[in-house]
Amino acid sequence: MSLSAGAGGYGSAAIWFVIVVLALATYAIRLSFIYLFGRLESVPEVVERVLRLVPAAVLAALAIPAIVTIEPSLSATVLDERIAAGTVAVVVAWRTENVFATIASGIGTLWLLRVVVV
Amino acid sequence: MIDIHPDLRAGIRDSVPFYLGIVPFAMITGIAAIEAGLSPVQAVVMSVIVFAGASQIAAFELLSNSAPLLVVIGTAVVVNLRMLMYSASIAPHFTRYSRRVRAALAHLLVDQVYAMSIAEFSRDDSRDRLRYYAGLGLASWVVWSVGTAAGVLVGTGVPPELELSFAIPLVFIALLVPSLKDPPTIVAAIVSGAGALLAAGVPFNLGLFVGTVSGIAIGLAVEAWGNR
Repeated sequence: MSLSAGAGGYGSAAIWFVIVVLALATYAIRLSFIYLFGRLESVPEVVERVLRLVPAAVLAALAIPAIVTIEPSLSATVLDERIAAGTVAVVVAWRTENVFATIASGIGTLWLLRVVVV
Repeated sequence: MIDIHPDLRAGIRDSVPFYLGIVPFAMITGIAAIEAGLSPVQAVVMSVIVFAGASQIAAFELLSNSAPLLVVIGTAVVVNLRMLMYSASIAPHFTRYSRRVRAALAHLLVDQVYAMSIAEFSRDDSRDRLRYYAGLGLASWVVWSVGTAAGVLVGTGVPPELELSFAIPLVFIALLVPSLKDPPTIVAAIVSGAGALLAAGVPFNLGLFVGTVSGIAIGLAVEAWGNR
């Protein structure tokens, strides 16, 4: 184990501390409700209603900001290649419900537009 | 050929589409770790025990800027808060398992594993929860860790011009579209996506939270209005 400091000027022990504490805290977050619900007899009805909407909401919140970038003007925002590629992928996902087809169509469209629209 | 349970095999198979995005991301994480001053062993151990790319990159960013240790840890932890929602959402599927099994499953809860599992569980009720999720999670965990090691050893990533990172949001699209079943889910997704986009500038990756919570709130309102 070296005690030389890295780019940020920390010693090896300080970096290990960051790694271990981050791992423990992240694990606690992951375990939280999985542990809690395992102890409950049943999940309250209002909680079930909320949880039913979580997947669609989370997936949209993960996907949209990675595809749409807000440009200075509306036309620049809408004409971005990623949006076109994302739109093609949405249609393919809806028609095929196949993950590979969705990826292939989306990335394929993006490459095509990057080559054609220089 | 080892006899693998079909549900475990299905989980492993369904993790494959993510590799297109996970492998470049893992390699970048390995490269960034070394640049931030971690040793090769620290870089790989971190990927194995933290297993949360965005927060690892956030930590490297702050380490490179010589931020105080508590700021580094605090920021990286906040980036992972979205996993609270995943934990709550998937927990009802795991209630039948022992405490020890649930403790092991929790570590594998990352964006992709959550999204793919929850989509599969709602699509196929007979799918074995434990085996499918474990197949998905363990495969992703191994690929993430090995990918990080590859970045550490090779020192160069996949060329960014290929835009393979775009594969990850596309997988989320593939899972999102079938999850839109009725007005409440559709409204929740639209509001959530728009909210996350508008809140993209909010620090610590909290835009996802802001978007999701507002989407669920409006979705619940639509549901209540439909049931009046």
